[in-house]
Amino acid sequence: MSTTILEAKHINKYFHDPIRVQVLNDINFSINKGEFVSLTGKSGCGKSTLLYLLSTMDTDYEGQIFIDQEEMPKKNEGFLAKIRNEKIGFVFQFHYLLNEFNVLKNVMLPGLKLNKYANEEVEHRAMEKLKILGIEHLALKKANHVSGGEKQRVAIARALINDPHIIMGDEPTGNLDKKNSDMVFDIFNRLSSELNQTLLIVTHDPGFAERTHRIIHMEDGRIIH
Amino acid sequence: MKRKLLIDIAKSLLFARWKQTLVAAIGVTFSITMFITLLSFMSGLNDLLDGLILNRTPHIKLFNDIKPNENQPVKLATEYGSAHHFIESIKSDANRQSIYNSEAILASLKKDKRVLGFSPKLTAQIFFNDGSIDITGAMNGIDPIEESRLFHFNDYVTAGNSADLTKISNSIILGKGLAGKLLVNIGDVVQVTTSKGERFQLKVVGLFQSGIRDFDDVQSYASVSTVQKILSQPSNYISAIQVKLNDIKLAPKMAKEYEQLYQIDAEDVQTANSQFETGSSIRTLISYSVGITLLIVAGFGIYNILNMMIFEKMDSIAILKATGFSGTDVKNIFIYIAISIGIFGGLVGLLFGFGLSATIDQIPFNTASLPTIKTYPINYNPKFYVIGIVFSFITTYFAGWFPARKASKIDPVVIIRGK
Repeated sequence: MSTTILEAKHINKYFHDPIRVQVLNDINFSINKGEFVSLTGKSGCGKSTLLYLLSTMDTDYEGQIFIDQEEMPKKNEGFLAKIRNEKIGFVFQFHYLLNEFNVLKNVMLPGLKLNKYANEEVEHRAMEKLKILGIEHLALKKANHVSGGEKQRVAIARALINDPHIIMGDEPTGNLDKKNSDMVFDIFNRLSSELNQTLLIVTHDPGFAERTHRIIHMEDGRIIH
Repeated sequence: MKRKLLIDIAKSLLFARWKQTLVAAIGVTFSITMFITLLSFMSGLNDLLDGLILNRTPHIKLFNDIKPNENQPVKLATEYGSAHHFIESIKSDANRQSIYNSEAILASLKKDKRVLGFSPKLTAQIFFNDGSIDITGAMNGIDPIEESRLFHFNDYVTAGNSADLTKISNSIILGKGLAGKLLVNIGDVVQVTTSKGERFQLKVVGLFQSGIRDFDDVQSYASVSTVQKILSQPSNYISAIQVKLNDIKLAPKMAKEYEQLYQIDAEDVQTANSQFETGSSIRTLISYSVGITLLIVAGFGIYNILNMMIFEKMDSIAILKATGFSGTDVKNIFIYIAISIGIFGGLVGLLFGFGLSATIDQIPFNTASLPTIKTYPINYNPKFYVIGIVFSFITTYFAGWFPARKASKIDPVVIIRGK
């Protein structure tokens, strides 16, 4: 079981504008393969900031981050882009689908960027992901012609396309009603139990957090438990 | 494969905003159209004006100038060799006008690979007699075939045929103004008197119109042998050799060389007609600067539209970056957008430019001074088209580069947080 997928060592992060404020204070934790972890805390406690550091999109920090036991460099934008493409899947509060493309193409984009499989193969895999999420009938619809809950499911399919080591979510249910939130949780839960997918989800919905395997609770830039 | 994906994304972004894209492309099209038309028209006009004089002017003219001898007797006195001589009342040499040893010079020019061709020439001052009136005129002895080949003589012969000068003995081609004064037409006979008082009857076989009125009122052409006969000179008597070179730029250098080699005066076309060169180059400069200004304005249009597009597509750029597209990828996407606008607009512009030039080429343009010109002159030099497309490529590349760099620097965290 215990392959470490994500590890943070002595993470400190400061905001410099307008004055120097410490937002993260000596963060240490690790996530093993297959874990379904939620990261909770009040607004402003630094949980989203921590997620962006872990996702390699923000590189302004002190300490070390290991993804798949490999330390992330703080520079080399191209390399980090490749890591995000290959090893991390994102689900945000907002779906961020590209309206110019249909649903299928939106899911395929990161796969095409990875350039590991042929076009047809990527398309086939994208269809499979859509099937897992029960939205294969939407494949050829324009991204702005599907409902909010469906958009979020498309975004999850997009996160899955490259079989990432870890899926990171930033309040993925924040914009959804109860019914759709439950459905998104069920999807995450199924991914975790059936496909042994590792997930790290930032949320401040206590109902959502309680049902995950493990809760990391943060307060004032520190991990409480 | 990777580039194909980026181009695919660029294409989708382009078509999603196809109206804006079209406006940007029309800007490029318009400027390229005007660039091509302006340059074609301007350079056609340049060629026409230069042709008026330069086509008829030899690149190098070999002749004996009337001037004082440079080696005055006092120079031969060795004891005053280093002194400065004050000599007054020098007269020009009683030099004979014919070229010494002309046959040998002609033979050696024939072997010179830089020479496209040459034609001998001699000039006689004559009077045309019409009843009691004597009209002063000049008679040029030429080789009509070579003269037509090298100096477009036949283009200016508006009636008759220049080749008849060699076929019909004692024949003459008159300037149109001169023929009008003498009230003669083709087939008529004119009487001329030489400065030595001898009279000749010459048959008119053609009329010419050079476009320069003063010239047409006094000049006439006959074959070299006819003029030699009128002047009672032998067949090696010629007063000038007109040389046309393969490369006009060599003329000044070769003129000096011939001066040394043949001990003769040689004048190159650049020295003789320097004002034309200046006029042409300034007109060309103006057309290029107007054309390039148009293109730069179109470039700003593209810059604006791309900036707007990037602002609108902030979210898309953020998610592309979050899902693994690097800054360089994003930059390339926007550069592809800019370049495809440039290339598409540019190519359409080339077509329109060609169309517009061709239209101008059909507009009648009749002027008495230019007998060979019937429509506005257009130069269809492919060089303009190459420059046009290259410039549209370069300006749109730079117009795209700055917004693209901005897009590549967008921090996805800032945008995702902002929601």
